[in-house]
This record gives sequence, C-alpha cells and structure tokens, in this order.
Amino acid sequence: MIELQAVSKLYRQGHVNEIAAVREVDLTLADNAVTVLKGPSGSGKTTLLTIIGCLARPTSGRVRLDGESLSGLPEKFLAGIRRKTFGFAFQRFNLVSGLTAFENIMLPAYPLAPRFSDLRARVHELAGLFGVSHRLDLRVDDLSGGEMQRVAVARALINDPRVIIADEPTANLDSERAAQFLDIVATLKARGKTVLMTSHDPRIWNAAVVDRVVEMADGRIVGAP
Amino acid sequence: MNAWLARQRYLVDYAAASLWRRRAKNAGLWLIYVGLIFILGSVILFGSAIRREAGWTLEGSPDVVAQAMRMGRHDFARESDIAKLKSLRGADRIEGRLWGYLFDTATAANYTLQVPSAFAPDYALARGEAIIGEGVARLRKLSEGRHLFLVSPASKFLKLRIRKILPTSSALASSDLVLVSQEDFRAFFELAPDQFTDIAMRVRNPGEVNTIAGKGALALAHYRFITRASMQRTYEALFSWREGLLLALLVGAMLAFAILAFDKASGLSAQERREIGILKAIGWETSDIIRMKLWEASLISLTAFLAGVALAHAHVFLMSAPLIEAVLKGWSTLYPRFTLAPYVDALQIATLAFLTVVPYIAAVLAPIWRAASADPDSVMR
Repeated sequence: MIELQAVSKLYRQGHVNEIAAVREVDLTLADNAVTVLKGPSGSGKTTLLTIIGCLARPTSGRVRLDGESLSGLPEKFLAGIRRKTFGFAFQRFNLVSGLTAFENIMLPAYPLAPRFSDLRARVHELAGLFGVSHRLDLRVDDLSGGEMQRVAVARALINDPRVIIADEPTANLDSERAAQFLDIVATLKARGKTVLMTSHDPRIWNAAVVDRVVEMADGRIVGAP
Repeated sequence: MNAWLARQRYLVDYAAASLWRRRAKNAGLWLIYVGLIFILGSVILFGSAIRREAGWTLEGSPDVVAQAMRMGRHDFARESDIAKLKSLRGADRIEGRLWGYLFDTATAANYTLQVPSAFAPDYALARGEAIIGEGVARLRKLSEGRHLFLVSPASKFLKLRIRKILPTSSALASSDLVLVSQEDFRAFFELAPDQFTDIAMRVRNPGEVNTIAGKGALALAHYRFITRASMQRTYEALFSWREGLLLALLVGAMLAFAILAFDKASGLSAQERREIGILKAIGWETSDIIRMKLWEASLISLTAFLAGVALAHAHVFLMSAPLIEAVLKGWSTLYPRFTLAPYVDALQIATLAFLTVVPYIAAVLAPIWRAASADPDSVMR
C-alpha cells in the first residue's frame, strides 16, 4: 500500500517564479488496483506520479510504502526502490535510441546483474506476452508507436515490480492501440500488479479495468472516490 | 564478488554498445588520441632506447681518457707523457690515440678519422687500407674493395682501399668513422711522430677508476682525465636534453588534446543527457551511470593507448623512427642508420599512461558526474 500524507512539491522554491505543482495531497493507493489520475494540463498529475515513483522528492509531506517512509531516504536507496518496486512506462516511451527492443527491455535489470540466460528468458516471456517477439532484434527507432509502447511496458516489467506507473499511456495512440493498452493493463492486474496512470483520455477513465479515478486541479485532489 | 563482476560486465556491455552507437564522433576522438600517444610514445621509447644503446657503445671504450690542455683548449698529447702514465700502478693498456675530424666538402659531412687501437688486432690496417662506417659507405656509395678518396684541409690527397664496412648494429658510434693506418693518418694530417690526439687507459679494478684518474692528474697537471662514467653522463645529458626539448614542444599538443577531450565530454549531447535521465528513471544509480561512462572513457583511452604505444614501438624499433630521428638521433648530415634494440622501460610507459590516460578520464568525469546527479524526474517533464 502507498500512502501520501500532506505532500507538496514546489519548483524554483524561494524564487519569484516559484511554482506549487502539488499542494497538501493526501492519498492512499490500494494494492492490486488500477488507479487513474485525471485532470487538465498543469494540474500536478505527472508531478504526483514522479513523487510516488521515487523519481522526485516531495518538498514537504510524507510518502510511505507498506508503512515505511520513503521521503528521507538517500538517492541510492530510492534508486533501489525504483528498480525493484516500480516499473515505468513514459508518455514518450523513453526508449534508448539506437538499441534494439531486446536490449531496451533488459536495461532496468543491468544493475541487478542477473544470469544472462535467465534475463533473456524473461525478455522473451514478456515480449511474447505483449506480442513483440518478432520485433526484438529491431532497433527501437524502427518500431511503430504501438510496438514502442509495448516494448516500454515490457521494460517496465522486466524486474517484476509490484507497481506499474504509466504517464499518459494512450496520448499518442489511436483507438485500436488504446484498446490494446487497456488489455495489457487488464493482464497486469490479473497478475496481481498495482497500476497507477495519469490520463486526459476518457477512454481510460471509463474503462472497466479501472478501479478508481482521482481528479486533480491546481495541484490538489478535487475528487477521489 | 561474482555479483560485482556480473554487474561490471553488464555495464561494459552497455558502454561498448554506447560507443558503437556514436562511432563517428568517437572514432575522430580516438584517432587524435592514438596520434598523440604515438608521437609522445615514439619520443619516450626512442629516448630510452638510444640512451641504453649509448651505454652499450661506451662499454667498449677506455676506462679513462687523458686529454692534454693548453690555455683551456684541447692540445696534442706527447709520447713522453704516455711514458709517465705507464708508471701508474693499476693502469694498463695505456696508449696514445689518433683521431680527428675531417669535413668533406663534396658530401658536406663530417667524418671521424681514427687509427685503430694496437690492442684490437682485428682492425690492424696496412698503409692505403681503410675500414669505414656504414654512413660513410652509404654517402659515398662505397663497397668493400673499392677506393675512398679524401682531401685534407691542407689539400693533401689520400687514396684508401676499403677493407671492411662496419655493421649497422654499431652505427650509433661508428656511422661516420674512417679507420686508417697510423702512417696514413700522420701523413694526412701532418702530425709529428710523438704527437697523439689523447691517451686511453684501462684500469684493472673498476673500483679504482677515479683513484687512477686522480693519480694521473697529479702526474700530468696539464691534462684533463675523463672517466667512462662521466662520458656516459654526457651522452645521457645530450639525449635527455633533446628528448626534453621535443617533449616540451609536444606539451602544446597535449594541452590541445586535453581541451578537445574536455570539450567533447562536457558537451554531452541532448540525446546523451536524455539517455542518462532514462537510465536513472528505470532504476540505475548515479554510481552505475558514472561507472558505465568510466568504462566508456577507459575503453577509448586504453585501446587508444595500446594502439598508440604499439604504433610507436613499430615506428621506433622496426622503422628506426623516421619521423623524429632528425631531432633525436644525429648531429650532421650523416645520420647513423641503425635499428635500435627493442627496449621498453615500464616506468616510462607508466609515465606516458599517466600523462595521457589519466587526464582524459579526469576530463570526462566531471561533466558526467554533473549529468548523472540530475534528478531522474526530468524524463517525465
């Protein structure tokens, strides 16, 4: 379980152009559920996602994972938590250009240094799950948008994390690809994963697989069932 | 330990792939790097090998040489003085030597004319015979059995039949040498029978060389006594001075390279910064990224170092250093032509590595550390 307690995030703190991206947010995310953060641009969704995913630290407030506070941990430990607990699928996929799909999927596992044969088997398993087995040897620059996204999701799962974080996952996808993505989410949920997404997209909010929609505006939560 | 090694293998794998992806940029830097190490390595390898060569050459030279002095200038030694030195206990093979220089206007080269030692019967020459160095043979296009013609400053003419050409292995000392008989030498330079260029002595106990030289100085106050050790120091000083001069000139090239390396590394492309952000976001630690980039820098610098040193080795020991010999090797138009014995001084190679590899890695480290320390959330924005 992930708990946020009075979490705020200020950018350019102390300067005249200080921005409060997130203000006093209290939120609890249950395990094995699909949660969507919705809201207009600038409402603080992505910033909240980065704080939950240990990519950024809150300016104030606490983030707890299974009761353990993450807010004061040094960067080295946060990197370890990012690696083992969270898998990230970014809006622009953020695959490493010039590497093959196979190499990109393996990347989060490098610091854990598993046996290469085990890692290769895991890559093939995930590629099979998301229908990109036949594209593994291609450079990611040569993949279609949908294939890139599936490679990005496979990469997010390579270390078998508990929580999948996806930022605007359907922003660049047509209806068919968006539906495929929701199928992937359903698969992840069926495998016991917790999924947290941000989205502008009504196709996401209204999807049957989504358990909870949290609405944000001006850095605050304005609607959370 | 195994986990650490496995992690390094993954990081090396990524670093190698990363270098390959930016191969055009890296190849340019690598080639400049190899060129710098090649030229610095050539100077250092050549310098140490030639000093060693000079040491070997001097091993066959007399323990002490006595030169007569008059008004601070080198004067002829006299037969009567040789007799005085023969009374010194501990010294033997005392003989007057005859040698001098001849500027050959036809080839614009200086030759060293010398009478072989009486203690070297293999080189004993009859009138009209000569043994010459390989440089003289090359310059005058001579071979054994043919004739060498020399004209003295007093326009005296000397015709010599070439009995032998000295091997190139001894060319550092003998390239410009012309060995002639004592009769020919005296006649050619119009030297009186009791005059010699200097006096050579051998000392039976190597520990007594300085003592004998001191006793000789007491017996012949107007003579200067030069030991082999001091000749060795002079040679070393000469080659070290030349090497130092060339290295000083190359400091500019090293600085230019350091600036280039720093510029390349600090000018991380937007793509590289984004890549670092992605790696951090997916769970790489700052230290993983720095290690990976260090592997990248190490792969570049170590392969460039090995290639540069290997090329320098081939340049100096297989090709006789054609690019730097003009500065380091000779002192006239008659450059000795010889192949140096391969010799690698580990300390000097370590110095070369310290001067080239360490600054490069240091130059790339600071900007990488800055980029790797950035917040990983940048990729989300």
